[in-house]
Amino acid sequence: MPAGPHQLLGHRVADALEAALPGAVIGRHVEWIEVRSDRVRDVLRWLHDSESFDAAQLSNLTSVDRHTHFEVVYHLQSLDLNHQIVVKAIVEDHENPLLPSVYPVYKGALLQEREVYDLMGIRFDGHPDLRRLFLWEGYPAFPLRKDFLSLGQITGKAVNPGLQRFPFEDKESPDRMLNAGNIVTGEREASAGNAGGSAGAGH
Amino acid sequence: MNSTAEPYVLNIGPQHPSTHGVFRVRVVMDGEVIRDLDMIVGYLHRSMEKLAEERTYTQNIPFTDRADYLAAMSGNLGLALGIERLAGIDVPERASYLRVIFAELQRVASHAMANGTLVSDAGAWQTPLLYMFREREKILDLFEMTCGARLTTNYMRAGGVSFEPPAEFWPALNELVAELPGRIDEYMELLADNEIFLARTRGIGIITPEDAINGSLVGPALRGSGVPWDLRKAEPYCVYDRFDFDVPVGTRGDVYDRFMCRMMETRESVRILKQAIAQIPPGPHKNDVPLALRPPVGEVYSRVEGPRGENGFYLVSDGGPAPYRFHLRAPSLINLSLLRELARGASLPDAVVTLGSIDIVVGEIDR
Repeated sequence: MPAGPHQLLGHRVADALEAALPGAVIGRHVEWIEVRSDRVRDVLRWLHDSESFDAAQLSNLTSVDRHTHFEVVYHLQSLDLNHQIVVKAIVEDHENPLLPSVYPVYKGALLQEREVYDLMGIRFDGHPDLRRLFLWEGYPAFPLRKDFLSLGQITGKAVNPGLQRFPFEDKESPDRMLNAGNIVTGEREASAGNAGGSAGAGH
Repeated sequence: MNSTAEPYVLNIGPQHPSTHGVFRVRVVMDGEVIRDLDMIVGYLHRSMEKLAEERTYTQNIPFTDRADYLAAMSGNLGLALGIERLAGIDVPERASYLRVIFAELQRVASHAMANGTLVSDAGAWQTPLLYMFREREKILDLFEMTCGARLTTNYMRAGGVSFEPPAEFWPALNELVAELPGRIDEYMELLADNEIFLARTRGIGIITPEDAINGSLVGPALRGSGVPWDLRKAEPYCVYDRFDFDVPVGTRGDVYDRFMCRMMETRESVRILKQAIAQIPPGPHKNDVPLALRPPVGEVYSRVEGPRGENGFYLVSDGGPAPYRFHLRAPSLINLSLLRELARGASLPDAVVTLGSIDIVVGEIDR
């Protein structure tokens, strides 16, 4: 599958980590390893200091909302050995996601963690300056979460209806756009009951 | 009476000529010296990553034009490579060469803009900038005759490129490639030993190699500090492994070294262009790819060496027609990780040239 040309296999990283930091690795995959969110700083510090992995640079830090939990994804780069390591921290608490900041290990996490906090609402313990980055303080939502509806989803006027995929998508015909009546968002809740999914409601 | 002044807060931007876009910083000044700096971004935030989740993979390619609008070709290329890796799509050889040609032209154009505005910040008001715009205009003309757009090119596709360049493209390209080395010599003569420029840039905004690596710096900001890291060498994509070129690095990590790195890279780009023009094979410029692309479940982190460094695309597919998650790793934003440290203790004009030497594009910072 689509691993990078110099990506280290997850098993190799996981085996080494198992010996050094028992219990931190909770899942392994060909391309990445999954670690407990509260151990992520230890894991990254160990990979950073280790001579055989030499993860000198945090090249990318981002997050994925998986509905039940969050994944915080770290792409680590060794410049001397020219390989890439992918570490995913699994944040089980979807209500109040919190994990240790890796800023003490990588200064490059400063703005990337702020971005994740701003758009995904994941807090980083130990970050020196955790504020909103693009949006303003007090903005009521975290837009990249899957429960945050975008304009196309609220109005039902998506850009490309034939290919649209929605959180409330009809499982039988995955390509069919559901009409706006089915989307439950506060004031639309009453009309959704009336429309009952019939075509045309809300347009 | 105490003669030292109270620290005061100075607001710069969001629309100051030296801020390279809608970028705002608040600095706490103690007399002439910066005590603290806070950057305020988001004036161009369009929530691209959220919008991308309800568009198909191909429909997302135009977004990359509008992220880094000075290097649209590099953004296009990064995303196209990511989609291809995710969906297992092959690219014809000619398309790979065309991609290299356009990506390198884009690098020359972007570096001309970066260095031109940096020199403008350093006090050489407009003259070098407009000299460098002369070459940039010619490159944008080449883009226009190929794909109809100058900035928002939307040229690369999964499986190739959208158009074969027209017949008049090749003579114009050859003319430009022949002309560029002389132009670069001209800039070097104008700036490299210029006393005022040296005074404004030598020893200013020094980044150590350790800080550059640890702070996730990429591109000329990293190479200026002497770290020879270039994805075209380290992880060759397209057909970069077939070309002979060097990776210029700085020695001191100051503003001048980052400027010179870009100048030298322009020369290397010309070398690559010459080889690519000589080697480009005939053939189709695009493979047929289904319009309704549904990559298998999986994820990919694809990256290319853009003018500002590692242009990364993290795509997560759930098997649907649109990406489940689309993340753009923006070198402009992440290269600013060290800005606060660099600015502390510096004077305001020095901080302005330091920011200029890091070379940010606000469209990419805010996305």
